[in-house]
Amino acid sequence: MAVTTTNSQYMKDRARRQGIFLSLPAVFWLGIFFILPVLIVLAISFMTPTTDGAGGQLPLTLNHYADAFDFWKARPIYSTIILRSIWISLITTLICLVMGYPLSFFIATRKSQYVRQFAMFLIIMPFWTNFLVRTYALKTIIAPEGTLAGILNAVGGLGMLVNGKLTWLNTREAVILGLVYSYLPFMVLPIYAVVEKFDFRFVEAANDLGANDWKTLLRVVLPMTAPGLVAGFILVFIPTIGAFVTPDLLGGTQGLMISNLIQQNIRGSGANYPRGSALSAVLMLLVTIGVIIYLRYGDREVA
Amino acid sequence: MSEQMMSPPVRPALSEIDFNYGQIRRDMFVRRVGKFLFLLNPIVSYFFLWAPIVVLVILSFNKNKTVSVWGGFTFDWYLEIFNGTSQFTGDMVSALRNTLFIAVISTLISTIIGTMVSIALERGIFPGKKIVDAVLYLPVVIPEITQAVSLAVFFKFLFDAFQGFTGRQPTLGFGTIIIGHVVFSVSFVVITIRGRLSDMNPRYEEAARDLGANEWLTFWRVTFPLILPGIISGALLAFTLSLDDYIVTFFTNGVGTNTLPIFVYGLLRKAISPEINAISTVLLLASMVLVGFSLFIQGRGANRT
Repeated sequence: MAVTTTNSQYMKDRARRQGIFLSLPAVFWLGIFFILPVLIVLAISFMTPTTDGAGGQLPLTLNHYADAFDFWKARPIYSTIILRSIWISLITTLICLVMGYPLSFFIATRKSQYVRQFAMFLIIMPFWTNFLVRTYALKTIIAPEGTLAGILNAVGGLGMLVNGKLTWLNTREAVILGLVYSYLPFMVLPIYAVVEKFDFRFVEAANDLGANDWKTLLRVVLPMTAPGLVAGFILVFIPTIGAFVTPDLLGGTQGLMISNLIQQNIRGSGANYPRGSALSAVLMLLVTIGVIIYLRYGDREVA
Repeated sequence: MSEQMMSPPVRPALSEIDFNYGQIRRDMFVRRVGKFLFLLNPIVSYFFLWAPIVVLVILSFNKNKTVSVWGGFTFDWYLEIFNGTSQFTGDMVSALRNTLFIAVISTLISTIIGTMVSIALERGIFPGKKIVDAVLYLPVVIPEITQAVSLAVFFKFLFDAFQGFTGRQPTLGFGTIIIGHVVFSVSFVVITIRGRLSDMNPRYEEAARDLGANEWLTFWRVTFPLILPGIISGALLAFTLSLDDYIVTFFTNGVGTNTLPIFVYGLLRKAISPEINAISTVLLLASMVLVGFSLFIQGRGANRT
């Protein structure tokens, strides 16, 4: 016994030393190329822009944050776009929820295991294919002279066309459509993981005890699958609030979101690093709020 | 107690029960509507997810230059791309070469340092472990645009400082892109490999050490073969992420280092044409093959243990 104890103690010591050594490359890489840059950006966000905009200087200022949160000013361009991003992201998440929740039940209640696997495969496959190409595919359909416009023209317009063209592209709604299209799988996956384990005898029990379908849904099924819903909510909300490609390709100026604004301030023609940095910090704050909600109410096992 | 359970509850005759027929009718209506929506939902959802992709593939064979009118079947657009008569071919080939180079190098780096830190976190006990753990999850949560912008600002200042000291200005390019790709892919590699490591019984490693193998030998003869499927799927994930990345590449990209997503994005922003549809279809096919391969590897790995 004594030998075993010393041996395991010895190995624990080795593991301890070895652990630090093995984690060093990743720690340095992320420390230098991730944590440090983020800290620099946070610091710059409190500075005054230099004359060329590509840098920050003293004095320190809170102006960029004031702009971001000033929802009452006459021309509140920054706060408008921040509010719009939150709105677009929330609506997208809600639509994904309404579509994804019954869909997860549909897949989970298929009897054959192969049908279930195939149904999940059909959900996951688009999510694995190139994001840009999928967004472009949607654009070819809803473009003013796109496929949908062609079909509608053939059947007489149905009152949806203006001068034979579809006016869906470059709107906020187009961005929401594109985001739902891209992030629906993120909602289905965690909900399916919970629904798969759901015992449907609870539904029978609720019915036997006199609950109708509506009450059964609200009082039994929803509370029991809530962890999946929360996980799905966060998995859709976090990436959509920082979406860049979808609003850029489908939204035009109407559907501009925070990320596009950050990009304009860092790499656009009128560079303003401190402003871009502050917007970046606001985006991080919004995401952090989402993560806190998740850690507070979500089931960590699911995602 | 037992006698009570034995005797069945007294059931009133049906004629004596005062059914609320209105309520029952309403409940049955709700059930019918629910059933209808429950069947409608998957039809709409699957159509919504797949119709754009199917339409894109079909239109890549469209003779007509527009995407709204079908003008007959043709392979022309594919032929143009593959024989090099298309205006895009040259740029596309060099972009593909850059993409593969960046993906291979960044996958190698992130897989190696990711495997090391996974073993450290799963098997090691050391001060600051929780912080390392938290830092590794940050790139997954933080929006990609924030990471990309921070890196761009960081390199700008670093290069300016470098010029101040040495008089030479370094440029953005392969190096900076690879650094950015490793940052976001290492977390995913670690998540994948740690899943595999925590499933593996640490007694195999203890047994190897008891039999006289040193750490190095234990890793290569015991741990590595057992977690290899995890390492491969982590590496494939890193590879896919690097291939598909647009945002980080855009912010760390220099002159002449355009990747395929950067090149494709430039096209997609311009116009819609069957030629771009054909290129997109090729990309779709490529990512499907990659995913199929990845699933195949994972399936084999799962069967082995």
